[in-house]
Amino acid sequence: MSDAAHAHDDHGHHAHPTGIMRWLTTTNHKDIGSLYLWFSLIMLFTAGSMALLIRSELFEPGMQLMHPDFFNQLTTMHGLIMIFGVIMPAFTGFANWQVPLMIGAPDMAFPRMNNWSFWLLPVAGIMLLGSFWLPGGAVAGGWTMYPPLFIQGGVSYDLTILAVHIMGLSSIMGSINIITTILNMRAPGLTLMKMPMFVWTWLITAYLLIATMPVLAGAVTMLLTDRNFGTHFFNAAGGGDPVMFQHIFWFFGHPEVYILILPAFGIVSQIIPTFSRKPLFGYASMVYATASIAILSFTVWAHHMFAVGMPVAAQLFFMFSTMLIAVPTGVKVFNWVATMWKGSLTFETPMLFAIAFVCLFTIGGFSGLVLAMAPVDIQLQDTYYVVAHFHYVLVSGALFSIFAGIYYWLPKWTGHMYNETLGKTHFWLSVIGMNIVFFPMHFLGLAGMPRRIPDYALQFTEFNQIATVGAFIFGFSQLIFLVLVLKTIKGGAKASDQVWEGAQGLEWTVPSPAPYHTFETAPVVK
Amino acid sequence: MKSMWQRAGVMGAVWAASQSALADYAYNLQEPASQVAREVFHLHNLIMLVCVGIFIIVFGMMFYSLIKHRKSVGHKAAHFHENTTVEIIWTIIPFIILVGMAYPAAKVVIEMKDTSNPDMTVKITGYQWKWGYDYLNEGVHFYSTLATPREQIDGTAAKDEHYLLEVDDPMVVPVGKRVRLLITANDVIHSWWVPAFGVKQDGIPGFIRDSWFKADKIGTYRGQCAELCGKDHGFMPIVVKVVSEEDYKAWVAKKKGSAQAAAADNTKTFDVKELVERGEKVYQANCAACHQANGMGLPGVFPAMNGSKVATGPIAAHINIVVHGGRPGTAMVGFTDRLSDAEIAAVVTYERNAWDNKMGDAAQPADIAAARGGAAVAAAPTAQ
Repeated sequence: MSDAAHAHDDHGHHAHPTGIMRWLTTTNHKDIGSLYLWFSLIMLFTAGSMALLIRSELFEPGMQLMHPDFFNQLTTMHGLIMIFGVIMPAFTGFANWQVPLMIGAPDMAFPRMNNWSFWLLPVAGIMLLGSFWLPGGAVAGGWTMYPPLFIQGGVSYDLTILAVHIMGLSSIMGSINIITTILNMRAPGLTLMKMPMFVWTWLITAYLLIATMPVLAGAVTMLLTDRNFGTHFFNAAGGGDPVMFQHIFWFFGHPEVYILILPAFGIVSQIIPTFSRKPLFGYASMVYATASIAILSFTVWAHHMFAVGMPVAAQLFFMFSTMLIAVPTGVKVFNWVATMWKGSLTFETPMLFAIAFVCLFTIGGFSGLVLAMAPVDIQLQDTYYVVAHFHYVLVSGALFSIFAGIYYWLPKWTGHMYNETLGKTHFWLSVIGMNIVFFPMHFLGLAGMPRRIPDYALQFTEFNQIATVGAFIFGFSQLIFLVLVLKTIKGGAKASDQVWEGAQGLEWTVPSPAPYHTFETAPVVK
Repeated sequence: MKSMWQRAGVMGAVWAASQSALADYAYNLQEPASQVAREVFHLHNLIMLVCVGIFIIVFGMMFYSLIKHRKSVGHKAAHFHENTTVEIIWTIIPFIILVGMAYPAAKVVIEMKDTSNPDMTVKITGYQWKWGYDYLNEGVHFYSTLATPREQIDGTAAKDEHYLLEVDDPMVVPVGKRVRLLITANDVIHSWWVPAFGVKQDGIPGFIRDSWFKADKIGTYRGQCAELCGKDHGFMPIVVKVVSEEDYKAWVAKKKGSAQAAAADNTKTFDVKELVERGEKVYQANCAACHQANGMGLPGVFPAMNGSKVATGPIAAHINIVVHGGRPGTAMVGFTDRLSDAEIAAVVTYERNAWDNKMGDAAQPADIAAARGGAAVAAAPTAQ
C-alpha cells in the first residue's frame, strides 16, 4: 500500500502523511472507498471461514467438530459480520469511490467525518471478533438478538451491543455524507432525474439508513439496560414483552434488507446498459420502483414474525403488504430484461455477474413471495427454506453485485484491466458453487429441517452433504478473486479512460487510473 | 379460482408421490396429516407453479435475448428506452396475479387462527431444552425430553432411524379431535412445530398464544423446536402420537396412576444409595445439558458441579438453588414447578456424591418441601 501512497503523492496539491498515517488521516474519498472495500474483503474471508466451519459440522449427522454452543456462536457471528462487516461496508466503499465521480464532485461533502465513519468500523470489528476470546465465547443468540435468550449471555453480549451501536453510528454518518454530497454537489446540469441509477439507489438507501439505524440502536440499548440496569422492557415478569423487541428489531430489520439490496440494484443498473450498448429501459420507472420499495419496506416488518401469533388482521395486513413489494421489484427485473432486449450484448465478467444477479436474485424474490404467504410461512419460518431464501438474495444478490461492481470499476480505479480468464473462472465457479450450496436448502426447509441447529435427523443427510461440498467450492473460488484483485493492482494491460465501449457517465471522462483529485472544476452536464 | 387451486393440489400430490421412490430426497413439504396442513400444501404448490411459470416466461425472454442479441453475432443495439404501455401492463399483471394468490391464502390464515370450539385443550410449555405438556381437562402433566442417547450424537453408537426425533414421553392425542394448544415458554422463546399438522407457534415467556390441529389419522408425527433457544435448540424434538379414542383413555388412566406413585414418593425417606441412583437419571434428563454428564460444565458458560462451592458447601444453599434458581439472568431456573420433592432430593444428593464430590450427605423429600415453603407436590402443580 505504501508504494501506491508514494505514487499518489505526486498528484497531490500538498504533502500527505505517508505509510500508515496516510490511511489513518486520509480524507480523500478514493482512499476511504478503498479502505471500506479492503475491510469488507477481509471480513468476507473471516465470516466465510465461519460458514465453512458451520458447513463442515453439518456435513453429516452427529456432533463431530465442535460444541453446540460454539456452533451457535459461529452462526451468529457469521450473520452479524456478513451484514454489518461485508455487505454494508462494501456498498459504502462503492459510494465513496463512485458517487463523487458519477456526479462530478471533487470529494464527499464532509471529508473528515468520512474518515471517522470508516475508522469506527475496524473498532467495531475487533470488538465483535475479539469476543470469541472472552469467557463464554462470542454471542450465540442469533444475529437477530432476540430476548430473553440474549439476556442470558455473558460479557460478549454487552460488547456486541456496543459494537452494533458503533457500526450504526458509522452508517448514520456515512449516510449523512452521501445524502449531502448527492443533494448539494452535483455538477451543473445534472438534475436529479439525470442522475445515474447507482446514485439514485444510494440516495434512497442512505435515507433508509438514517431512518432505521436509530431504531436498531434503541432496540439494542433496551437490551443493554435489561441486561445490566434492571429494566424490564422485554421481560414479561416486569411488565415488558419479549415480542416488542421483535417488532422494533424488524422495523429496522426489514428496511435493512433493502439497504443491502438497493445499491446492488444500482450497480446492476449501471452494468447492464453498458454491456447491452443500450440505455437503461424505463429509467423513471426504475426510480419510482426503488422509492416504492423503500417506502413499502417500512410496512412489512412483521412478516418475519408470523409464528409469534399475531391477530388475524395483523397477519393479513402484513401478508398483503409484503406481496405488494413484488410489484415494484418485478418492474425492476422486467426493466433489466428489456434493457438487454435488442441490445448488442457482450459478456465480460461484470456483465456475467450482473446477469447471474438478475436470474438468481429473482429466485430469491420468488421464494420471498412463497414466504410472504402467511400460511406457507408458518411451515417454513425458521427452516432452511428461509436460509436458502436470504442467501439467494444476499449472496447471488448483494455479493454478486459487489463482484460485478468491482470488475466493472476496477480498471478505472487501478488503471489496469483485470485478467478476463481469471475473472470468468471466478464467475463460473462462484455461480455453480453458490447454487450447489443454497439450492438444496430449499428442499431441506420444505422437508422440515429447522435452521440454526448443529445436528440433524438422518433424512436431511444427503442435501446437507451436497450443500457442504458446494460451500467449499464457493468458498475457495473466492481466493481466485483475491488473486485477481491483487494482480490487477500490481499491473496488467493499460485501461483506457473509457474502459468499456458502451459505458456512459462522468466517471469515464476522467483518466484511468482516476487521479487522486478529480473534478476540481465541475464538469457541465447537458 | 377454486378449480385452479385444486388442480395445483393434484399436480403437487402426483409430484410428491413420484418422489417417494427417492427415499431421502424429499422435494416438497411433508405429507400433511390435517386439513390446515393440506391446504398449506396446496397453497404452496399453487404459488410454486405461478412462480415457475413467470420465471420461465421472463427468463426465456432474457436467454433468447442473450443468444440472439449478442454483439458477436452482429446484432446492432436498438435505442428504445421506454414504453409507457408496456410498463403499465407489467405493473398491473403482477398485481392481478398477487390478488389471485392473496385470496386463497387469506382464507387459510383465517382458518388457522380460528381456535374456537375445541374438543380438548393442551397447554404446552417450552423449557431449555424440553417440552412440558399439561392436559387441562384431564389433569395430566409431564415433560418430554430428547430420548436419543448421547453416544449416538457423539458418533460412538449407530444412529437410530428417528435419530434426534424421539422423546421419552410423547404427547398423545385422540384422532379426529379438535385439539386446542395453549403455547407458552418458561425461560426463552421456543417454537412448537409439527409440520404434518401445519402448526408452528412460538412459545413466549409470560404470554400464552393459541393454535389448533385436528389429526386425520392414527400415527406418530415428529417435529422440532423452531426458534433458537440456546445451546440445545437442536435437541428438543416434539413427538405427537395420534391414537384411537380408547387408547387415549387408557393412556390418560396410566398417566394418572404414575402421578399418584410419584406423589407417594414425596412422603418417604430414602438412603443415600437409592437417592444417588435415582438422582443420576434426574440429572441426565434435567441438568446434564448444561452442567454436562461428567459434572465439568462448560467453562465460562455453565459452571461445573464437580468440586463446585455449591455442591460441596452447605446442603440448604444447594437445595435452595435447585428449587428456586440461580442468579437472575442466568440460564439456571428453579425446578420447583418441574420436579417433585423426591426428584429434587435425589438430584441434589447425586450432585453431592457423584464424581469427586464425596460429601456423603443426603437431601430427603421433606427437606425439599420445607425449602419450597409449602406442602409436598407431585410433578404437576400447574395442572389444575
